[in-house]
Amino acid sequence: MTHPELALTAAKARLLGLDMVYRAASGHPGGSFSAMDLLTALYQNVMRIDPKNPQDPGRDRFVLSKGHCTPALYPTLALRGYFPLKDLQQFRSIHGQMSGHAEMHNIKGVDMSTGSLGQGISAAVGMALAGKMDGRSYRVYTMLGDGEIEEGQVWEAAMSAAKFKLDNLCAIVDINGLQIDGRTADVMPSEPLDQKWAAFGWHVILCDGHDYDAIEDAYTQAQSACGKPSVILAHTVKGKGVSYMEHSAGWHGKAPNAQQYHQGREELTGQIAQLARQAGRDPQAELAPVLAVLCDDKEGN
Amino acid sequence: MSETIATRAAYGETMAALAKDYPDVVVLDADLSGSTMSKKFADVCPERFFNIGIAEANMAGIAAGLATCGKHPFLHSFAMFATGRAWEQVRNSIAYPRLNVKVIGSHGGLSVGEDGATHQCLEDYAIMRAIPGMLVVSPCDGPSMRLATKALLNYEGPAYMRLGRLAVESVTDEIPGYRFELGRGFQLREGGDVTVIATGMMVQEAVKASDTLKAQGVSVRVIDMATIKPLDEEIVLKAARETGAIVTSEEATVLGGLGSAVCECVAASCPVPVVRHGVQDQFGRSGAAKQVLAAYGLTADGIINSVHKVLAMKR
Ligand SMILES: Cc1ncc(C[n+]2csc(CCOP(=O)(O)OP(=O)(O)O)c2C)c(N)n1
Repeated sequence: MTHPELALTAAKARLLGLDMVYRAASGHPGGSFSAMDLLTALYQNVMRIDPKNPQDPGRDRFVLSKGHCTPALYPTLALRGYFPLKDLQQFRSIHGQMSGHAEMHNIKGVDMSTGSLGQGISAAVGMALAGKMDGRSYRVYTMLGDGEIEEGQVWEAAMSAAKFKLDNLCAIVDINGLQIDGRTADVMPSEPLDQKWAAFGWHVILCDGHDYDAIEDAYTQAQSACGKPSVILAHTVKGKGVSYMEHSAGWHGKAPNAQQYHQGREELTGQIAQLARQAGRDPQAELAPVLAVLCDDKEGN
Repeated sequence: MSETIATRAAYGETMAALAKDYPDVVVLDADLSGSTMSKKFADVCPERFFNIGIAEANMAGIAAGLATCGKHPFLHSFAMFATGRAWEQVRNSIAYPRLNVKVIGSHGGLSVGEDGATHQCLEDYAIMRAIPGMLVVSPCDGPSMRLATKALLNYEGPAYMRLGRLAVESVTDEIPGYRFELGRGFQLREGGDVTVIATGMMVQEAVKASDTLKAQGVSVRVIDMATIKPLDEEIVLKAARETGAIVTSEEATVLGGLGSAVCECVAASCPVPVVRHGVQDQFGRSGAAKQVLAAYGLTADGIINSVHKVLAMKR
């Protein structure tokens, strides 16, 4: 995809994510929206995957270590063709399989069940290690939150990935600066992260997590690292794309009310129309399949 | 049924109200202070509140160290992470040295709802009970939670207490002479045909079941077992002798928790049929809390079914 097409796809994913959280009256929009551009670029342009063959042993893999950000992952998978957009309506519902946290057996395209912070990266190390053992060329990606990396297990995993020279592993840290109880800098200061990851033996790449040129460069660099794992330290805005959610810890794990939902929906619809024009696409044709699966006013909370 | 309040809210408010009276108490949380309600204490006593970040194992170790220096730490997270992620630290750094640390696990059980299986802790009673010397406490409503919190503030030694996410109706305050004592069950309904021994928010369901069954001519004794360990063997054995059949009910796996404790007790001293009502060796799933509870049968109807089952086994 071209970069305007990526931006357009991410805006659609945000609208779908907003709708999922509204309909379920629960979920995690903040960290999902900060991660959306990085995830969209990864799934659309970087990973070697085939949505028709989600269990291919040679496929690239992704582990959502910050497993609460399913309002980013599920729409990304749906837009990549793993399952119909309509399935997102079952998010967090007893009537479906769209689990609140990422779940690998019932949701096509999910490579690992996560939700307990700090554990996903270890599983990613295991997948990368298996790839090396089996002489396969697949790559493993994992995304962590900047709050999540306070877990000691993350640094245990970091040490082991360096020991095993896992240059087929790429971790992405979504540095949105916020966790649940407030600013990461206040809850548990973790900077300087570049020096920490470098000291743990990783190839460190810095990027703006909402700039597709920078994101593309970062993934390309990660692929060319030799003899060590790579980490992309991506600076992002929590709640990106919905004005009242941006830069606010309060939107970590909260659903919008009806008025907020409609405001966010309007903002994102506007973004989609504008990005469609920039990408040389017909705004109505781009919007229609997304709007078709959104809540009507009688549904949701 | 007077007051409707989540036990975590009753807990948080009691900790805040009593903060000044217990100058040795220190409160730790792992980035969930709003949910666990430890923030209430932090608001009135910021100098004795420590946010450890998302690092539950470290938090348990820090609490242990604080306790060796005369502090009285209360550590907080979701039940899943306080007891699960940090289990071995709780065992080896807190319980083995018999340190005065209170492990507080909020959002226990299926009633976490939408977050799903990774966050629905069904094993906390079992895994905390398995640790020598560990108290395991699970009050059912706001009034008993306030009393339990006070009791833990006055108790010296390691203990685990589960808090619930959902607002629940009060059932203990309407019982004349109700008192809360660590290690004691309390009879909420008199009955002679069968006894339901429940803990946490299953107590309310047990009371409803008892009232329904009474209308059908079945006389059901209900015991609120707010302390799972040490188990009040006296009240269990009395129920076994006098009613001859027991249903246990917990918002947790039936393996290793209250049901197991009751079975161990009656098997050793007064064998009677026991049906364990709870989650039958399964993980939870996402859904609205009430719907998930219903899907797993954790309702008054589920208890009624269990009562019929145990009555059929009773000769
Ligand atoms: C082991 C564990 N502890 C606590 C939680 C509860 N929790 C869910 S998300 C979150 C904050 C995560 O912050 P961050 O990693 O910065 O995520 P983001 O801002 O990207 O959403 C916490 C504490 C959890 N899921 N797992």
